[in-house]
Amino acid sequence: MILLDRVTKTYNRKSTALDRISLHVEPKEFVIVVGQSGAGKSTLLKLLTREERQTSGKIIVGGIDYDKLKDKDIPLLRRKIGVVFQDFKLLPNRTVFENVAFALEIVGMGNREIRHTVPKVLDIVNLKGKEKRMPLELSGGERQRVAIARAIVRQPKILIADEPTGNLDPKHAWDVIAVLEKINRYGTTVLLTTHNQEVVNKLKRRVVTIEHGQIVSDRAKAAYNA
Amino acid sequence: MKRKLVTLSRIISTGAVNFVRNAWLAIAAMAVMVVTLSIVLFSLIANATFTNTIKTITDKIDISVYLKDEVGVAQRNKLITDIKKLPNVERVRFVSKDDALKKYIADHADSPELLAAVSQTDNPLPATIQIKPKDLNKLADIKSFLSKDDIVALQSDETSYSDNRKEAIDKITHSANILERAGVIAVVVFAVVTVLIIFNTIQMAIFNRRDELTIMRLLGASTSYIRGPFVVESIIYGALAAIISILLLHSMFVLWRSSLEATSLGLLDIGYAATYFRDNFWHFLLMQLGVGILIGAASSIVATRRYLKFKTKK
Repeated sequence: MILLDRVTKTYNRKSTALDRISLHVEPKEFVIVVGQSGAGKSTLLKLLTREERQTSGKIIVGGIDYDKLKDKDIPLLRRKIGVVFQDFKLLPNRTVFENVAFALEIVGMGNREIRHTVPKVLDIVNLKGKEKRMPLELSGGERQRVAIARAIVRQPKILIADEPTGNLDPKHAWDVIAVLEKINRYGTTVLLTTHNQEVVNKLKRRVVTIEHGQIVSDRAKAAYNA
Repeated sequence: MKRKLVTLSRIISTGAVNFVRNAWLAIAAMAVMVVTLSIVLFSLIANATFTNTIKTITDKIDISVYLKDEVGVAQRNKLITDIKKLPNVERVRFVSKDDALKKYIADHADSPELLAAVSQTDNPLPATIQIKPKDLNKLADIKSFLSKDDIVALQSDETSYSDNRKEAIDKITHSANILERAGVIAVVVFAVVTVLIIFNTIQMAIFNRRDELTIMRLLGASTSYIRGPFVVESIIYGALAAIISILLLHSMFVLWRSSLEATSLGLLDIGYAATYFRDNFWHFLLMQLGVGILIGAASSIVATRRYLKFKTKK
């Protein structure tokens, strides 16, 4: 599903964000990427969403070779990947409902279907009754859950979640993890980055550790000691 | 097809909703557009008014050719025909000795001493050919024709386009030329400045919301779906600003006409300006709408472009 072959990303000559990373993620796998800030986790995710281009190496996601990807096809690629951004990236001028609906509007879904689908997803992330709120009126945790709802509403084949528990209290953090596990069970490949030891240890999934732009360990059902 | 219609209606309704939700930004942007569009329209009207004023002055300028009393009808008619053939002559009017006298008497009805100098039997006034030129800048060709020896021989006096009068006419013509050119330049300058200011305003409004653009980009929205609502919003700005600017000028020329007349110190023929505005009202409305909508749409397309680019750098 996700294949990285000796991928390197340098932003300028002095700093190398990722150094010859090779990673293979099977369909329906649940992979946790850990590492300190600045280790290169975010760069890795940005390469996968084609927000950045790799300096060298090969990236193939869902059968799409990123080197052969034309600009006009980038939106199509992004529609296949659900992303929960670390800073949420909600549209400030739109309500909770409209933010989630936006992900469906851009793929051309009809209004009736949108009205039917969005409430279900908002229910999953426990945001029922807040459909008409604006993002600024929500707490950090609520915004995070809107971001998750938006990422999963299209039932993507791949879900990338960048620190989705970062701003949450333990109870809500576990709710979020439960949602991720749930959609993984339904067949979505999940790539999760986190700092949270407890989350890593309890999930008992494959853990990829990145340090200074390199993968230093890749273990199945692993625990993590920061 | 149906999907395209859904998308189009979404783009339009999103643009309209954004317009309402960004009300303050919208008002600020529209205020700038109203002011600049109004200035351009006003300068256009002022220019037309000045041109009209100049024209009423220059219209009064003609060249009079005074004929000797002994010039016969055939000779006179031949001269008139020849003058009419000159390329710069708009029309020719013949004033006979009798007509000239009648006009003199009418003009000086309240000065008996001037009337005493003339009488029916002893008419000192010459018959006159009045030539109305097409272009005041090209009087020289008429003058050179009238200065030919055989034609000078028919004249009792030098033409009215000689000496001091010639100098005055040339000066008026020269000033009129400069004023007309200055008016056109002013309108063009205002128009260019307006385009730049409106473009800048829209660019700032979009810069304020660049995050939205990049977020939509990251979620996989197509270029037209992201840009569409911004274009719609800018078109609303442009259309409303155009209508408001027209209403502003309308109230200026119609409702506040008297105070405008008082403050313009007679520099501007407000009566003409108001009539000109009223006669061309629908033209102006269409023009302002076209300009506002066009500049709004074009600037929003250009301004969104940089935030929609994909990274190509490796």
